[in-house]
Amino acid sequence: MELWKLPAHSLHKLLVGGEVTAQEITSAFLQRLREVEPQLQAFITVTEELALEQAQEIDRRREKGEELPPLAGIPFALKDNISVRGIPTTCGSKMLENYIPVYDATIYKRLREAGSVLVGKTNMDEFAMGSSTEFSAFHVTRNPWNLERVPGGSSGGSAAAIAAGAANFALGTDTGGSIRQPAAFCGIVGIKPTYGRVSRYGVIPFASSLDQAGPMARTVTDAALVLNVISGHDQRDSTALKEPVPDYTSYLVPDVAGLKIGVPKEYFGEGIAPEVGAAIWEGIRLLEKLGARVEEFSLQTASHCLSAYYIIAPAEASSNLACYDGIRYGYRADVDDLLGMYTKSRRVLGSEVRRRIMLGTYALSAGYYDAYYHKAQQARTLIRQEFKEAFEKYDVLITPTTPNVAFALGAMVDDLLAMYLSDVCTLAANLAGLPAISLPCGFSQGMPIGMQILGKPFAEGKILQVAYTFEQETEYHKEFPPVSKGVM
Amino acid sequence: MILDRKQVEEIAFLARLELTEEEKEEYAAQLSAILSHVAKLQELDTTGVPPTVHILPVSNVLREDEPGESLPVELALANAPEKAEGCFVVPRILEE
Repeated sequence: MELWKLPAHSLHKLLVGGEVTAQEITSAFLQRLREVEPQLQAFITVTEELALEQAQEIDRRREKGEELPPLAGIPFALKDNISVRGIPTTCGSKMLENYIPVYDATIYKRLREAGSVLVGKTNMDEFAMGSSTEFSAFHVTRNPWNLERVPGGSSGGSAAAIAAGAANFALGTDTGGSIRQPAAFCGIVGIKPTYGRVSRYGVIPFASSLDQAGPMARTVTDAALVLNVISGHDQRDSTALKEPVPDYTSYLVPDVAGLKIGVPKEYFGEGIAPEVGAAIWEGIRLLEKLGARVEEFSLQTASHCLSAYYIIAPAEASSNLACYDGIRYGYRADVDDLLGMYTKSRRVLGSEVRRRIMLGTYALSAGYYDAYYHKAQQARTLIRQEFKEAFEKYDVLITPTTPNVAFALGAMVDDLLAMYLSDVCTLAANLAGLPAISLPCGFSQGMPIGMQILGKPFAEGKILQVAYTFEQETEYHKEFPPVSKGVM
Repeated sequence: MILDRKQVEEIAFLARLELTEEEKEEYAAQLSAILSHVAKLQELDTTGVPPTVHILPVSNVLREDEPGESLPVELALANAPEKAEGCFVVPRILEE
């Protein structure tokens, strides 16, 4: 039996039934990790020793007759912008290459309290700015379905690791699609929760009004189990709302009878690959056959999301990244004058990060603020308003997660706008603060296609139910990637 | 081009970034291309629309002011590139 192929709920049964130990489970994943890592390069740090210690502790608890929670002894990976005390947390940047957090992110703490086992920190675009993980300052990560293609980004390391079975689940962060886009490219499930559902304490910020961490897993059930653990208020993050956290697994019921699905036309127009559009529609038709009611409608603001996003996100980033000044943490250049020390220290930031800081600084600067930032925040109000109206008519909205399947390595690094456009379907959920899930719904050119389901604020349960229903009727999530070069 | 080289230099200074001559040219072109794309936003009628200041329906979040654990000085300084006597050390900012 290949343990790394099993979902968390199956591993849990084996563990509590005494058929396997937590150490055996962790060893199986670590072995798989060592097997695939030379090809994928999904990790920045592998925490093998720590993982085995944490697994041993779970086995001791079990021997003492303790009841183990559902994710106890389950190996997971964290995107390298999520702080773990004593473990390097680089954010994919030379700036933080030697940074060792002195505290844990709340979401890591909660997973540890749930008994999960950390196998490593995953690769990402520097400071989460990118859509392919090619902007990591350390190395390129490859897509396990075809090693010549990108895994997506910025949580590309997490997505590649989970698709290949190097860990059971991972956490990513999503500012404009950085969980859902790589989940789609690697054929797994990814959830961006409602803004305010999950604590951001200890998650290194990119754009604070858009950032949200969430689960990446092989199945909808496993993603729901992770969401159960990481959701909820945190005294250390006042934006993590006190909204009650339901048991998300209670929504895992295959039933979409009477469900009202809205399909925004704009997400199937120009720029969307015909095979992708066809696969999403096939999925929608399946849900219709199962009793859902489907209606096409128009989202007028759709074409403005990219513009609003590429003003708001860089503006917030330019302010957040001002803390990298060589004084309190991070790289410091050895220069005697203060201004020189700032500018020379900040030279280690990569080209995309500097580009976005420049863009944001410009959008916020005197004389341009009204034309850019203020205008974008007004657009954001209209975008939110339009979604609010849509959700008065529909329970969920369904769109492609990405306009196309994973692109070739190097194909877009010189064409930034084309790279930015790969997030065109996912940005709206961040701008409007909505929960959204991506799950596998087909293949094209041997590469996975992702379907995106959006819900009302705090309706994670509803989108999980629709995703679960679809998953039970399809086989896409059962496929494992070859971790080899495909035919391009 | 929306941004010329001189504007790029000014923005870089505001952001405390140092650019090479080559980068100034490159950034002027790239940032101009991005800005001309986002200029599409001007087509959107936002007359009288309030800007989004917060996505959530929350205003002030209050809690009891109870003393709790905080980061000890040595941990707060653990990642400092240079430190002395419980402080961060910076280059001299005043002339003698």
